Amino acid sequence: MDWQPLVLTFKLAVVTTAILFVISIPIANWLSSTRSKIRPVLETLVSMPLVLPPTVLGFYMLVAFSPENAFGSWLNEWLGIRLIFSFEGLVVASVIYSLPFMVQPIQAGLSSLPSTLKEASYTMGKSKMTTLLKILLPNIKPSLLTGIVLSFAHTVGEFGVVLMIGGNMPGKTKVASIAIYDEVEALNYAAANSYSLILFSVTFVILLLVYLTNGGYFKRFAQ
Amino acid sequence: MIRLNLKKTLKSAGGIMALDLQLTIEKGQFVTLFGESGAGKTSTLRMLSGLLKPDSGTIKVGETTWFDSHKNIDLKTQLRKVGYVFQDYALFPNMSVRQNLEYALQKNQDRTIIGELLEFAELGELEQRKPETLSGGQKQRVALARALVQRPEILILDEPLSALDLKMRIKLQEYLLRVHKKYKLTTILVSHDIGEIVKLSDCVFELQNGRVIKKGTAADFFGLNKTSAKFRFSGEVLKIEKEDVIYVISVLIGNDIIKVVSDRTEANDLRVGDQVLVASKAFNPIIQKL
Repeated sequence: MDWQPLVLTFKLAVVTTAILFVISIPIANWLSSTRSKIRPVLETLVSMPLVLPPTVLGFYMLVAFSPENAFGSWLNEWLGIRLIFSFEGLVVASVIYSLPFMVQPIQAGLSSLPSTLKEASYTMGKSKMTTLLKILLPNIKPSLLTGIVLSFAHTVGEFGVVLMIGGNMPGKTKVASIAIYDEVEALNYAAANSYSLILFSVTFVILLLVYLTNGGYFKRFAQ
Repeated sequence: MIRLNLKKTLKSAGGIMALDLQLTIEKGQFVTLFGESGAGKTSTLRMLSGLLKPDSGTIKVGETTWFDSHKNIDLKTQLRKVGYVFQDYALFPNMSVRQNLEYALQKNQDRTIIGELLEFAELGELEQRKPETLSGGQKQRVALARALVQRPEILILDEPLSALDLKMRIKLQEYLLRVHKKYKLTTILVSHDIGEIVKLSDCVFELQNGRVIKKGTAADFFGLNKTSAKFRFSGEVLKIEKEDVIYVISVLIGNDIIKVVSDRTEANDLRVGDQVLVASKAFNPIIQKL
């Protein structure tokens, strides 16, 4: 069996999750505390990938990133980045596609904290940044874990966006979900089955671990 | 001296209320804001500490201006250095008692104050415990000790004892008085409990619909100076019963129910739930050690 698609899938998921974690915290923090009028608009944009067919997202990204067009050619000429049919492109697409899976749990976690926690911290002379890092985030660990795992799992299961923007290039953009499709097309059911089984088991174990951790089963077991 | 001149339109459950108040608080005083829920007490405290921005007005503390809508001055909460004890205590759940106090330390501040406050608040044995494992009274002591770490000049207490039982309340009231004197604080308390107010405060402001309607010493305020009684307790009317020509009024004082006889004119003025003063001067009380 060719392990490359699986390796590529998990590499993509790790990179995407790491980037999402860093950018989602400020977004979620802003959304949970602002009273700005543009908040509903931003919330809608963040949630769009939940309902939009992945092919729609993939199609627009394909158009936008194409070197034939202004944005794509600017990226290509000035930064030397080509986002179509490349791993970098997959990362950008996955970040956008999985954004709600990271932002929403963190935002919900932050909103659930009593506002007096951060107010107490401010009255002690602590900055917003210190308050976020030392008080708010440590108290929403289950939400952070949920966000990380959901975006990881969602990226692993991605198909439509990857197919549109990445194509099917072995070692570059051929992730496991594409490889399964490929093998089935070639009537190679045994190979398709091994990829599928691995994805199935891995995602099952990851999600099970999250529910066990957030449900406090490990803590009870340790006592 | 703290001078507040605040205007703010507040949206509350009861509709829109225009808060408009002037308050002057002397340095070193223990001041109580008294009044019904929604009168604007908590909002006043939040504006003083910078957690809520007034629509217009001024806040002056000593010679410093904390807020002035005309001069566009609005000192950040972080720089006002007010010790604030929240109604829900707002202890940080991820930190132990000691860590909660240590978090409040300022840059380069001497750490010995942590040990001093832990000892003063009798928290020494609990210092490694997480807030979720503490009782209400213990949480309250941690919140108070934590508010004092940064050595504030102003201490704000927003109904700090309302969630506690009577015994714990009395203990903590004495503790609050000791803290107020020891650290030479200007303390501002929000409270509904008349006994507590009389015991603690130098000066009381009554707020109603966002305005100060009455100001005075606690004794003036609740009519304690009208009688020369040596015996006086405040309590709540529980029941008014007519028996033949007299009325028997049951009053809850602390945990005890006392029956007081009254005539019709007096009884007509009273309603169940009223706060009343029970006083007597013409008899010699018996005192016994329990």
